Amino acid sequence: MIAVVDYGAGNIHSVARALKRVGASFAVTADPAAVAAADAVVLPGVGAAADTMRGLRNARVDDPVVTAIARGTPYLGICMGLQVLFDRSEEDNETPCLGVLPGEVVRFPAGLEVPHMGWNQVRQVGDSPLFAGVPQDSNFYFVHSYYARPSDEARVSGTTDYGLEFTSVVRRDHLYATQFHPEKSGLVGLRIYANFIRVAGQTPAPEFD
Amino acid sequence: MLTRRVIPCLDVKNGRNVRGVRFSADIDAGDPVELAARYDREGADELVFYDITASAEGRNIMVDLVERVASQVFIPLSVGGGVRTIDDMYLMLRSGAEKVSINSAAHQDPDLIRACADRFGSQCVVLSIDALRDSHSDPPTWTIYLNGGRVRTNLDAVEIAQRGQELGAGEIVLNSIDADGTREGYDVEFLRAVTDAVSIPVIASGGAGSLEHLRDAITLGNAHAVLAASIFHFGVYSVQEAKEFLAAAGIPTRLDPYGQPSGGGLGPHNRPS
Repeated sequence: MIAVVDYGAGNIHSVARALKRVGASFAVTADPAAVAAADAVVLPGVGAAADTMRGLRNARVDDPVVTAIARGTPYLGICMGLQVLFDRSEEDNETPCLGVLPGEVVRFPAGLEVPHMGWNQVRQVGDSPLFAGVPQDSNFYFVHSYYARPSDEARVSGTTDYGLEFTSVVRRDHLYATQFHPEKSGLVGLRIYANFIRVAGQTPAPEFD
Repeated sequence: MLTRRVIPCLDVKNGRNVRGVRFSADIDAGDPVELAARYDREGADELVFYDITASAEGRNIMVDLVERVASQVFIPLSVGGGVRTIDDMYLMLRSGAEKVSINSAAHQDPDLIRACADRFGSQCVVLSIDALRDSHSDPPTWTIYLNGGRVRTNLDAVEIAQRGQELGAGEIVLNSIDADGTREGYDVEFLRAVTDAVSIPVIASGGAGSLEHLRDAITLGNAHAVLAASIFHFGVYSVQEAKEFLAAAGIPTRLDPYGQPSGGGLGPHNRPS
């Protein structure tokens, strides 16, 4: 079973709809034990870093998420579910985050319109099962004002050009996270979910298999 | 590079899609859920639903409609019409909308924009402006109208756009009442006046009748997105034709494989180089 972590994130219904569409077997849950025991974890998220971290702590799912990742459980982070993986975020006067990946999250520099909102291309770096069947430079839907700067270049799995080139996808083994919203990115976005559930040992609906 | 968006607009009345001409006539243009799915398949970058009745009953129909569309269509959805409170906005977001536009209510209660932006983030707050070009004004000016174009105000549209940005709106939909439904082209001067005055994205609305009109709104009016209704509803052009035209004109456009999966999956149909 895939656990979709319910800590109050606004996009959880959209994520659940997309998982349903690709034929996933999943549970939306706020139960720390269920998260810790899941075959795979999906962490949605929108909004601010401090709210997200507070939501995770209040639901007492922060430690189970970190433990699951440490154990090698497949993980998919969406938007804030990517940003909170790092050591800290500049947002809300420096917010300490989960520290799963070394690096920080910073705001787009002055002069760029924020939020970065709309469809933009993702340049895939290296091979990743998450991008199976997804053409290079496909467009995905973004809404964010901060972006991750991983300390370890090897974690960069996709980049996007918005005046500057930023890391839009990260990966470490079966940990995957996207700054964009695959649940709002049409067919290529659904393909990302289908690929993830395959990593999690499930078989996607026939049209995505 | 961020692409410019093509956004079909569905005016919804009593659960059906209708077409408006200068904000008035009703012509049935089909089932909105079916239309939404079709536009998604054709490559729409976003969909906008306007409840043109803007009543409590209309709101409930809208919630149901957005839920049904959101379970089938995986692109951003925007909802407008009759949003007067934070709770209205919450209801729409929860039912599956990414963005909610605030129109008349914003002018009567400017704090609504700020309150919604604080609570949900600027990215979901869209300020919708309906304005009419003032006759004999030189340089041209535009005045805001409320309640679907029925009530004139003394508000200058460019000033209201700037004010909306300061209050926290993340985007502006600029409706030209003069041009609405005429298919004679967007009011490009109006677009330019507003895009020069604000730094948030501006969506052109009202008047699209040809693909050249879409292009001009972007290249001359500096619109981030073009919204159109009748040219798509009645099959004058498909969304895909519109996007291919814009791409050929050198405008960054999303031309990935769209919509629902089909036999061949992700075929050769890809971005132009």
